[in-house]
Amino acid sequence: MRTLRNNNYPLGLLTAALFAIFIFPFYIVLINSAKGAFQITDKPLALPSDWSVLFTNVAKIWTSANIQYQSSFISSVIITAASLVLINFLSAQAAWVLVRSKTRTSGVVFLIFVAAMVIPFQIVMFPLLSWFRGIADVTGIKLLRSYWGILLAYVGFGMSQSIFMFHGFIKSIPLELEEAAYIDGCSRPGIFYRIISPILKPIHATVLVLNGIWIWNDYLLPLLILGKGNKIMTIPLAISNFAGAYVKQWDLIMTAILMAMVPVIIFFLIAQKSIIKGMVAGSIK
Amino acid sequence: MRSKRDHTFVFWLFLSPVIFAFLMVVVVPFVLGIYYSFTDWSSSPRDGAGVQFVGFLNYAKSFADPTFLYSFCITALYTIVNMAVVNVVAFALALFVTSRIPGRNFFRAGFFVPNLIGGLILGYIWQFIFNSAIPNLGALLGIKAWSDPANLLLAKSVPALFAIVIAGTWQYAGYIMMIYVAAIENVPIELHEAAQIDGAGPLRRLFAITLPMASQAFTITLFLTLVNSFKQFDVNISLTSGGPSTMFMGKAIYGTELLAMNIYNAAFVSNDLAMGQARAVIFFVVLAVIATIQVGANKKKEIEL
Repeated sequence: MRTLRNNNYPLGLLTAALFAIFIFPFYIVLINSAKGAFQITDKPLALPSDWSVLFTNVAKIWTSANIQYQSSFISSVIITAASLVLINFLSAQAAWVLVRSKTRTSGVVFLIFVAAMVIPFQIVMFPLLSWFRGIADVTGIKLLRSYWGILLAYVGFGMSQSIFMFHGFIKSIPLELEEAAYIDGCSRPGIFYRIISPILKPIHATVLVLNGIWIWNDYLLPLLILGKGNKIMTIPLAISNFAGAYVKQWDLIMTAILMAMVPVIIFFLIAQKSIIKGMVAGSIK
Repeated sequence: MRSKRDHTFVFWLFLSPVIFAFLMVVVVPFVLGIYYSFTDWSSSPRDGAGVQFVGFLNYAKSFADPTFLYSFCITALYTIVNMAVVNVVAFALALFVTSRIPGRNFFRAGFFVPNLIGGLILGYIWQFIFNSAIPNLGALLGIKAWSDPANLLLAKSVPALFAIVIAGTWQYAGYIMMIYVAAIENVPIELHEAAQIDGAGPLRRLFAITLPMASQAFTITLFLTLVNSFKQFDVNISLTSGGPSTMFMGKAIYGTELLAMNIYNAAFVSNDLAMGQARAVIFFVVLAVIATIQVGANKKKEIEL
């Protein structure tokens, strides 16, 4: 409700109060990351008596053999980055040929992809595991507990929505651009990489953000495909192993959570505008 | 002619990687999954005996299992409550941050941030808040109801379910708010000006202009919150792990085990993959039917501009 009056201060105060409630959990994580085991159970709300404990705790998590923060962080980055590159690259070119080909096959393929968006992960997850295991038995290609398997899974589950979004965007690009290039002797793949790809930048950003937040935070798919106690672990897997094993070591759990959140929040502060735009565009489609 | 063949070649060349991935992780497992749900598929196959066809046995057994029926009921309850709370909070926040208040962009970002934190991690944060921070706050303020260990939100199953709603709302409301913000900002300012000149107050304008104009956004937000609530798993795992236990149909069972977790536990904890798979099929069918009904009902109420 935009009114024509000046700033509404009472409403501003109310919003600020709600904002404080929303930020409160972050505050709790921060102050309790700087406490020892005793202080955290005794005074969970008090400000830490000695902030330097924060660095001790961070150092503990950083080097802890139980959480494997460093290797989990690297694995998470590899999995997220590689999946995003593959999803964006493959979905964009697939969407382009689906838009530009007016055949019946093209329409049916697109329809099947779109329909697949409603399939929940739960219905495919158990057979997926036995199918991947079967492939390993027959061909020796290891898809479980490996990077290849999880990348394939993210491409498979992420492509439907991504193709849908690229499809909507490419439809609005005038065909004349491509025809001109074609007459000038440009090959079809050349048209895509030289003419279309540069135009797709904004929609690439949207798709990146949408899939990036999903993959970075995902828990169930890595849990099933990478498994527990694997060399390759993502941050959510590492946190759940650690929090499960150290049920009451809240000081270290809080520090681990803080260290899991900080990279995401830094990323948000840098790319705030495109993240919010991307997330909203993704929902409205 | 040459160009047409070239066309077809590039068509399949560009499509083949995604079709390969799609077949590998969606189509084949989906078909296998439907088939397995009618068999005695298990993780430890007996020697010699392959997978045997058992008809609807897994489905019949699921519907006779108190844990599954209970999960169904509380998932329905959780979905309804969570949809209502998330959308009311999100819409209210959207109204606030589109009003003339100082620092509204800052507030928008702040309400949105929890959405970037994964459900698993935020479940642990809220577990600490409910089990340590709130009782401590109660002790500091002298509020017995908060500090008494018997009153812990996570100690009883229905309050614990509402704890999941609180954590779920914290995560999701900011995201849904952004969709409402986009819708509210799309309402032409002239409509508000004209109504104001005609003497309509803020409340009247909310119900006569903002809400109807945002009807398209409601289709989306209700769909998203419906699917998101129905599939809740991560927060469930880290916040309550399904506990505390409760009695249902004369059996002691997990008190906050939502459907997604029940499916997982049936397959891996009870070691009955076929049973878990049958439940996953039921889960899919129910979700698809409800979502279709919801979108259809909402679409009817949308107004065309």
